[in-house]
Amino acid sequence: MSGFFSHVFAVVIRDLRLAWRRKADVLGTLFFFIIVVSLFPLGIGPETALLRTIAPGILWVAALLATMLSLNRLFAADYADGTLEQLAIAPHPFAITALGKIIALWISTGLPLVILAPLLGLQFDLPTDALLTMTLALLIGTPILAALGAIGAGLTLGLRGGGVLLALLILPLYIPVLIFGAGAVEAVIQGMSPSGHLSLLAAGLILSLVFAPWASAVALRIALD
Amino acid sequence: MNWLKYSAPQTFYPLAGKLVPLFAWPAAILTIIGLYIGFFVAPTDATQGESYRIIFIHVPAAWMSMVIYMAMAGWAALGLIMNTRLSFMMAQALAPTGAMFTFVALWTGAFWGKPTWGTWWAWDARMTSELILLFLYVGYMSLTAAIEDTRRADRAGALLAIVGSINVPIIYFSVKWWNTLHQGASVSISKGSSMAKTMLLAMLIMTFAFWAYAIAVSLIRLRCIVREREQQALWLNEAKE
Repeated sequence: MSGFFSHVFAVVIRDLRLAWRRKADVLGTLFFFIIVVSLFPLGIGPETALLRTIAPGILWVAALLATMLSLNRLFAADYADGTLEQLAIAPHPFAITALGKIIALWISTGLPLVILAPLLGLQFDLPTDALLTMTLALLIGTPILAALGAIGAGLTLGLRGGGVLLALLILPLYIPVLIFGAGAVEAVIQGMSPSGHLSLLAAGLILSLVFAPWASAVALRIALD
Repeated sequence: MNWLKYSAPQTFYPLAGKLVPLFAWPAAILTIIGLYIGFFVAPTDATQGESYRIIFIHVPAAWMSMVIYMAMAGWAALGLIMNTRLSFMMAQALAPTGAMFTFVALWTGAFWGKPTWGTWWAWDARMTSELILLFLYVGYMSLTAAIEDTRRADRAGALLAIVGSINVPIIYFSVKWWNTLHQGASVSISKGSSMAKTMLLAMLIMTFAFWAYAIAVSLIRLRCIVREREQQALWLNEAKE
């Protein structure tokens, strides 16, 4: 069991160190998120009441897109220099490696989004309790996005036009996360309890953390074959 | 009889050729009968008038769109488990037909919605999940088309189909819940038990017709896929002569 954790930890530390050395990638995703969110008021108009209603949806859609953009580099560099093959033939289960990479991806791209989201929510004049719920929902939801995305990243590894293809494969699978994530915030705005939505999101998180690393390991093995 | 014999493209190819007319003819005949009963024999609906008659295409197409996705995922799983090439080919042969039925269901739904609900599109739970099903088909087909190595294309597509099939019920229930939260039960397609026997009969006949059509077309497509992949095989060149 300690081998399990130390392996996950080693992969996470390694990937985070790599991400740290290529800060531009991480910051790029983050600014993409900010820009997409800021585009909507410009397109729709600065009406506060309208912005407040659409804010949860916009923030979530932007988080979906930002996560999707970051998926391309989840395995690409390791695939290009052969590290991925070494990891695949390592004595540790490959799914554990995939789990480590998913966690590292979430820390480097999902977590900054979560931290930044309340600030962007303020631009949309969201009340404080809605901001808190949104941050919590994103905190539970973005790891699901990273986990499901890893499957798609494995399937499209090294393909021509992989980016567009990845969007086609993964975005439909993200729909439940979007619905429950935005639903939680909307429930709070309407004065209801968000606990139902948040519980379902948490259930999704548990399911995806159990199955997605395994499925993405299978996908990677198919790609490496 | 050894059914596994037919898991090889070499033996299934001629069998599929023999099966095609066995399904294609019933498909054509049942469609004519079903449409005749639906359009001329079935009574006019009390509330919806003549416009309801699109149900005879709409509902069977919607059923087929879901059945075919499940069949596709089933073949994909079989292929991954048993490592049989033919199963992957079967999954790929089914996908375009499934996508076609999904599109037909959405299209006829829009035509039905306009006269009855007064709108081409409502974000109804069933319509939305049908739309997402179309996205899943498109994703599967574009993934298998994007990978040149057939072995990888088969297996990657199969994994995607399985992941998608696990997600279908989750998506359906999430969309359903989202829908009730947003707009309440504003639109409901359920028509209760008021359906006349002839209507039900026409719908069942059309369902069988679509089943037969789907099988016939998929087998033809399967034969094309086999021909494409086994170009170099000796048996195929012998079979041509």
